[in-house]
Amino acid sequence: MSVAPRLELIDVSKRFPGVLANDRVSLSVKPGEIHALLGENGAGKSTLVKMIYGIQAPDSGSVLWEGQEVRIPHPRAARRLGIGMVFQHFSLFEAMDVLENIALGLDGAVSRKQLDAEIRLVMEKYGLKLDPRRQISTLSVGERQRIEIVRALLLNPRLLIMDEPTSVLTPQEVDDLFKTLRRLASEGCSILYISHKLHEIVELCERATILRGGKVVATCDPRKETARSMGEMMIGSDLRDPARGQLSVEGPVRLSVRELSLPKPDDFGVALEQISFQVKGGEIFGIAGVAGNGQNELLEALCGEHLADLHTTIEVDGSPVGRSGPSGRRKLGLCSVPEERNGHAAIGAFSLSDNAILTARSRMGFENQGFIHKAGADEFAANVIKTFAVKTLGPDALAGSLSGGNLQKYVMGREIMQSPGVLVVSQPTWGVDAGSAAFIHQALIDLAAQGSAIVVISQDLDELLRLCDRLSVINLGKLSTPRPVGDVSVQELGLLMGGSHATPANSAGGIHAA
Amino acid sequence: MRLRLEKRLEPSRAMLVLTPVLSVIAIMLLGIIIFDGLGYDGPQAVWELFFTPVLDVYKWRDVASKAAPLIIIALGLSLGNQAKIWNIGAEGQYILGAIGAAGVAFVTQSMTGFWIIPLMILVGMVLGAIYAAVPAVLRTRYGVSEVLSSLMFVYVSLQLLSYLITGPWKDPDGHNFPQTAQLTDAQLLPHELWDSGIPPGLLVALIGAVIFYIIVSRTVFGFSVRAIGEAPHAARYGGFSSNGIVWATLMISGAMAGLAGVLELMQLTRLNLGYPSGYGFTAIIVSLLGRSHPVGVFIAGIVLAITYVGGQVAQTFVHVPNATAGLFQALLLFAILASDLLVRYRIRISTTSPSTKGAHS
Ligand SMILES: Nc1ncnc2c1ncn2[C@@H]1O[C@H](COP(=O)(O)OP(=O)(O)OP(=O)(O)O)[C@@H](O)[C@H]1O
Ligand SMILES: [Mg+2]
Repeated sequence: MSVAPRLELIDVSKRFPGVLANDRVSLSVKPGEIHALLGENGAGKSTLVKMIYGIQAPDSGSVLWEGQEVRIPHPRAARRLGIGMVFQHFSLFEAMDVLENIALGLDGAVSRKQLDAEIRLVMEKYGLKLDPRRQISTLSVGERQRIEIVRALLLNPRLLIMDEPTSVLTPQEVDDLFKTLRRLASEGCSILYISHKLHEIVELCERATILRGGKVVATCDPRKETARSMGEMMIGSDLRDPARGQLSVEGPVRLSVRELSLPKPDDFGVALEQISFQVKGGEIFGIAGVAGNGQNELLEALCGEHLADLHTTIEVDGSPVGRSGPSGRRKLGLCSVPEERNGHAAIGAFSLSDNAILTARSRMGFENQGFIHKAGADEFAANVIKTFAVKTLGPDALAGSLSGGNLQKYVMGREIMQSPGVLVVSQPTWGVDAGSAAFIHQALIDLAAQGSAIVVISQDLDELLRLCDRLSVINLGKLSTPRPVGDVSVQELGLLMGGSHATPANSAGGIHAA
Repeated sequence: MRLRLEKRLEPSRAMLVLTPVLSVIAIMLLGIIIFDGLGYDGPQAVWELFFTPVLDVYKWRDVASKAAPLIIIALGLSLGNQAKIWNIGAEGQYILGAIGAAGVAFVTQSMTGFWIIPLMILVGMVLGAIYAAVPAVLRTRYGVSEVLSSLMFVYVSLQLLSYLITGPWKDPDGHNFPQTAQLTDAQLLPHELWDSGIPPGLLVALIGAVIFYIIVSRTVFGFSVRAIGEAPHAARYGGFSSNGIVWATLMISGAMAGLAGVLELMQLTRLNLGYPSGYGFTAIIVSLLGRSHPVGVFIAGIVLAITYVGGQVAQTFVHVPNATAGLFQALLLFAILASDLLVRYRIRISTTSPSTKGAHS
């Protein structure tokens, strides 16, 4: 008789009001196996792993842990079994430091000093870099994710669940993470790995289970597949590549930033230094860089959450907006999408319709002398949902009930459908499946083709190289001289991105793009 | 078998409505036990406290006139609650409102005119708003928590009141009692509307509830208040200034407390040391019990008013101490805060969990 699987699910189902998120899902994970869980946005991946981790209870079906049937009523029970999880959405307390956050996630009480030592040990063993004393609110998404990983590793898990861990990592960080994961697997730890980046799956995983509409539609050996073939299994039809039309970068300058400098917003933030660039109508301008080098600060400075010193520092279609807030800038046509969708780009406890009011109220005319035109917001939200194929019950659904990728599609759609003259987006396809990523890219390209100027801040070099006309790199709050995409090699970009304080390990190696 | 809590995916709307009702029922039962334990007739005491004011038509006017200021103040507070800005100093703003109106009354003692009453109301509301603006300055400029500063300014207002009524504004014909002169006819609203027994304040409370409902559910301002309370960062991205909301919600709640103070002054016809009645504090319970929703606040205001009136009844007939009403109000606050747990969690009854079986470390 062969060894019992580490984890086995038999006919597990879970229903939410209006959706069957998991429909009799069965799967098994062997000890030491790196197992991929694939599927489109809303296919039910997060729901499935939440049940394994005891956050949600299955409606029916059974869970076997090393051959024994178990019930996992809460995450504490999961951790006791040896199941660790890194979430798609982080659950960190902004006002506390890294150490305190990790301590909160542990079940027993450990002294601060001892924990500090343990954390450093784990980080050293797996090559993760992070200062345990930094406050969460000052960390980039990539850094936050590292906390979650460390937190899970501290428990010596025997099954590690990772829900889209690499969405916001740089290629170097991804490489490091894979080394960590392979090492864990070789030590016998099983890994259940969710990602929309299929080439990573090909590289990392030995088995994959593919979900569509909550059902298992296929299992395969990713090493014998291509990213494309698996993508097609996921959506059940052929993938289409976004079509970049003939470049027409001859439009007038629509966004101009002149010597934008801002002090650090707090102790661990990044100061912006003398940032200057211009974007013409029809152009897509990319900003690459390692997380935590001023991307968030730049986005907030551009969208108006932080004001520049001079009104003329930032101009939209020739009108100065440096001292205007977000509403003033939106009226002039500058819209934006920040990196963090939960609690920044959208309010989880609000309906999608209310989330439309949040940013689209004046441009789309559902604000009239201080009153809200609710029907207008509903209609707009419904339109975004339809156009961007957002899987949800409708405009009244709470933003927090959407799957990660679907909320991202909604947020992107909300801004794109306001036909902004200038659009600034950060991580536009974070957590979005391959089909939807192509759709979002196409929508950005189409918007540019209509004459808008677009700024894409991203850590995904593939995305930037595919999408942009010109590229710059942000490093320590400074922006490199923009270069046309055709003229710049991946190696050069890697060098520009290196030397960051956030991940010193990057400085030597450059980047490894796929 | 044991009970355990399971986090809900989203807050339960049913529980949001149900828990205030359950809280009231719970403290009734608790009241019976406590009073029995203390040697009173428990069921009788609770009956007099909660039901006599409802069943006895002659008590209705009393209930209405106590409910009015509670509702008016709590409406203002509930706006701030939604933005998670906590004005604990409504009592002080309420006193300032009365002081403002009394000041106008002092100056216009020998005058008549339809404008006097509106002027009293206006000055009272403005003074209440300005008084609430002090914690707003402290918070937006210096980061001082409004919870502490607003509370401390209550004590300042008490000193101001006693200075005024023992000094400059003392009634010259008042046999040296610390009180202001009686308001004149030109300074008083009718005691009841259209001989119906309804005090004017209750009508104001009703209109106020409608206005606040519209503000919260239909206006961009109301939206911004909710947004700030839910996700300040997203609200900023949406173009709402958090400092602006701090100012607005504190000043609006101050103005509402001031309004209640003016109306109450007109009921009592003069200011004296007994004027500060704690309505400003009780209104905090009203706003929480009413879930910061105008309809809820209206109902909760009546419930709390019933405990005031019922407290007096129970004192007379069951001889419970006069702190009884306060005791019940405090219990209610506890119950409502504790029951919040049910909104976010559900209780599951679990038999011994097999999950621990396979566990080893
Ligand atoms: N708390 C909830 N309430 C209602 N519906 C939910 C809830 N959580 C998930 N759903 C629905 O269940 C379905 C599956 O969601 P899930 O988050 O598992 O998708 P996913 O595969 O992880 O997608 P993504 O790749 O976008 O993260 C979706 O239709 C989603 O809207
Ligand atoms: Mg997911």
